[in-house]
Amino acid sequence: MAAPIIETKGLKKYFDVRAGKLHAVDDVSLSINPMQTLGVVGESGCGKSTLGRVLLGLLPATDGEILYSGETIFEKNGKKKDKMYDEMQMIFQDPFSCLDPRLSIRDLIAQPIIVRKKMSDKEQIRLKVLELMDKVGLSERYINTYPHELDGGRRQRVGIARALALDPKFIVCDEPVSALDVSIQAQILNLLMDLQEEKGLAYMFITHNLCVVRHISSDIMVMYMGKVVEYASKEKLFEKQYHPYSQALLSAIPVAELGGRKDRIVLPGEVSNPINPKPGCRFAPRCKYATEKCIGQDIPLVEIEEGRKVACTLYT
Amino acid sequence: MSNLLEIKDLYVNYNTDEGVVHALNGLNISVEKGESLGLVGETGAGKTTMALSIMKLLPAKVGEITGGSLVYDGQELLSADEKVMKKIRGDKISMIFQDPMSSLNPTKTVGKQVREVLDLHFKNLSKAEKQEKIDKMFLLVGIPPERQNEYPFQFSGGMKQRIGIAMALIAEPELLIADEPTTALDVTIQAQILDLMRNLQKELNTSLIMITHDLGIVVEICTKVAVIYSGQIIEVGSVEDVYQKLHNHPYTAGLFNCIPDLKSDAKRLTPIKGSMASPDNLPVGCKFCDRCDFKTERCEKEEPKMYMNGTHGIKCFKYEDKWGE
Repeated sequence: MAAPIIETKGLKKYFDVRAGKLHAVDDVSLSINPMQTLGVVGESGCGKSTLGRVLLGLLPATDGEILYSGETIFEKNGKKKDKMYDEMQMIFQDPFSCLDPRLSIRDLIAQPIIVRKKMSDKEQIRLKVLELMDKVGLSERYINTYPHELDGGRRQRVGIARALALDPKFIVCDEPVSALDVSIQAQILNLLMDLQEEKGLAYMFITHNLCVVRHISSDIMVMYMGKVVEYASKEKLFEKQYHPYSQALLSAIPVAELGGRKDRIVLPGEVSNPINPKPGCRFAPRCKYATEKCIGQDIPLVEIEEGRKVACTLYT
Repeated sequence: MSNLLEIKDLYVNYNTDEGVVHALNGLNISVEKGESLGLVGETGAGKTTMALSIMKLLPAKVGEITGGSLVYDGQELLSADEKVMKKIRGDKISMIFQDPMSSLNPTKTVGKQVREVLDLHFKNLSKAEKQEKIDKMFLLVGIPPERQNEYPFQFSGGMKQRIGIAMALIAEPELLIADEPTTALDVTIQAQILDLMRNLQKELNTSLIMITHDLGIVVEICTKVAVIYSGQIIEVGSVEDVYQKLHNHPYTAGLFNCIPDLKSDAKRLTPIKGSMASPDNLPVGCKFCDRCDFKTERCEKEEPKMYMNGTHGIKCFKYEDKWGE
């Protein structure tokens, strides 16, 4: 097996808020190989976007380790660190607000190249921009237009071209299709998969849409309130979910079919407060299987069969 | 059964600085008493414009109804004046909005906001009777009545949407229009709200128009489906008609194909090519023809009619010979 391109060990990110410490990401260990996609699913506020940002160094980690190609990121500085971060890019959720409205498409796509001083010759940059536009399926005639002239799907293509400009090896996709209509969503998903095939990219795909995750991922990590509750290969997870939260999450998806779903699990209550959480399973207040064992001590993520880790007292 | 709401050949334009935007282009739809209609379409298809037209809440000066008819319970709404509309809004027809964060007033307690509806539409109830009604409503939507003296910011998104539903239902409307009520919510909360809406609709026998872009939500809640594209209904039918996938408009078929589903193992999705025609420059013929794989020359020049087979209607020349008009 190939070596993982990115790995984390016991990664933590706590935010200081007035009421105490907000545990956004708590003890997350993951690894992604080239050509692989790790889908991170969970509801709003479960820490999935924070995780992506910490990986890319946009937010400092509180504790834990991040390894890029086997080397820890935190010890690197200067040029070496810059090179690492060149190879790690991000595609953002909202194609409407992540593009500077005052820059043309040419300037937007050329920006990373100019900022990182990869090329200086204007003609060379223009050719590179055209090449990138071609790669993401943007017609050449858009080169001098501005973001407001494009629809959501095309704007997202500009976002992808920007992420590709520095020839990355790892891309964090933070809900890249959730602001798009379904017909456009399919176009963008296909594009992302083609690019992965062609360039051997590794993705971390953050989303709350489980159908999308099933389509694009090789492994899936289910998060609840900053903790990983289940981590398994896609086939295993969709065949059977072990953690009660994964079960409820998967059964909550509306299916566009006649007589779609009868066995829906409707969870009572809502996500509780992530500030200064008490030790114990964070899902316990909404869980119908919760017992005394679930409260008082942290539940470790245990490998219960090959390729599947679960953090639940039902299986330990 | 009689039609509660009947929209015929409705045209709505938005007059903007950059020109006229044709939002609705001859839209036909009807809702029977107790029926739940799912209105499916993409951004810019005219879903919300249709809802606002029914309530006559289109933005003043900009939005303009240029033709057609809108009959509610035997009464023509297009010629009705503001006084009549005020009686209908909230009392007969009410609406749940997409974004529960911005549709509530942040400076008033939620109980007071629900009471406002009663103050307007049930003037002859006593204070105690009103309070009893409010308490009952809060219980019905699953919020402890003790919390009615709290402000919107003290509630989570799902709870706020429940309050929105309470406000919409307290005047016992005959028709409820829900404009993407769960889009801003997480899936597990969405499941709670859909569950609630399904039960309430059964209990109160309200007619429902559910506006959504999610084909999965429609099949769970609705009995009838209408697909809207470029301001026209291009397919209509019972849930069975449409979801059997035997006969579909090419656009509807495209929508079904491009959702990644939980069962199929297709490696690639089949997107619908291109994007929706700009509403200030619509094609003369079929509005979908530029994106359609079955396009003929005729589609560009002539607009197809709605061809019917029982309750199932499709606006495409493919069905001209097979089905009647």
